[in-house]
Amino acid sequence: MRFLLPLIAFIVLVGFLLVGLNLNPRQVPSPLIGKPAPEFQLEELHASDKTLTSKDNLGKVWLLNVWASWCVSCREEHPLLVELSKAGIVPVYGLNYKDERDLALQWLRQFGDPYVASARDPEGRTGIEYGVYGVPETYVIDKNGVIRYKQIGPVTVDALQNKILPLVKELQG
Amino acid sequence: MSVPGFSGLNKFLLLFALLFLLLPYGWAKEAAPVAEDPEIERRMIALSEDLRCLVCQNESLAGSRADFANDLRREIREQMKANKSDKEIVDFLVARYGDFVLYRPPMKPTTILLWFGPFVFLIIGAIILVVYLKRRRKQIEEPMLSEQQRKQAEALLEESKGNNA
Repeated sequence: MRFLLPLIAFIVLVGFLLVGLNLNPRQVPSPLIGKPAPEFQLEELHASDKTLTSKDNLGKVWLLNVWASWCVSCREEHPLLVELSKAGIVPVYGLNYKDERDLALQWLRQFGDPYVASARDPEGRTGIEYGVYGVPETYVIDKNGVIRYKQIGPVTVDALQNKILPLVKELQG
Repeated sequence: MSVPGFSGLNKFLLLFALLFLLLPYGWAKEAAPVAEDPEIERRMIALSEDLRCLVCQNESLAGSRADFANDLRREIREQMKANKSDKEIVDFLVARYGDFVLYRPPMKPTTILLWFGPFVFLIIGAIILVVYLKRRRKQIEEPMLSEQQRKQAEALLEESKGNNA
């Protein structure tokens, strides 16, 4: 009986620490969810004379994937994105973040190009508008141009099947 | 190497003349300010001391060498040049990155536990301490000697005095 109370307190503490250990400190909830996607007007990666704007996709659900050729985890998620674009469920647009055109194009040739189009953000200014801090990041944007979900870090099979695709279906419906 | 027509002295003079050519590079310059505008730089550093770098989460935006921190510092600098107040800039960053960028979290319903939790624990601890001390005092006070026990003890003490004498 004497040790019961300290034991309970200890178990509660261990419980908190255990939960804390399993939390990902990089998973910072974005305040932009439920807000209109910040506007941009950027040069297209494949055709520098064309511009890509955030309003081009009003009326449809789309994904904005922030990527760069220097980003290692982008390679991890890339095959999934290629597959997703082949399935044609939802258009994926790229935001080529702080990258060089030549390297970016070469990267896409090497690993495949899942993007309908990629917008160039060489100085990361649009990235700041979107609250990007760790590439890759993926945004689900609805028909009204509102951000509905943000995946920080690579898109995983789990995230795609359990979060992104169900949400896309719901938003498309 | 020997060039026809160049004696040792001439060579020396040539070298000397060449050294003179290098002189402009050696002139000491006044230390250039690191930033274009030291006033803005000072304000930017002061503000970013209180902001968290999201890539290297235990560093401030002022102290981080991450590329991302550099970009945000540039953003802050530019907004300061555009005469934005510190509060406007902080609001700009919070709108995009959330309260997590602030090292001093704001007081609001979701952070009440964060602000007052420690005091709640302090009060709980104080209550436990008071209860424990009261209980202990009772335990100490309880074994009081009854009248009979005291007489016995006195008798024993008397006896031992007698023995010692």
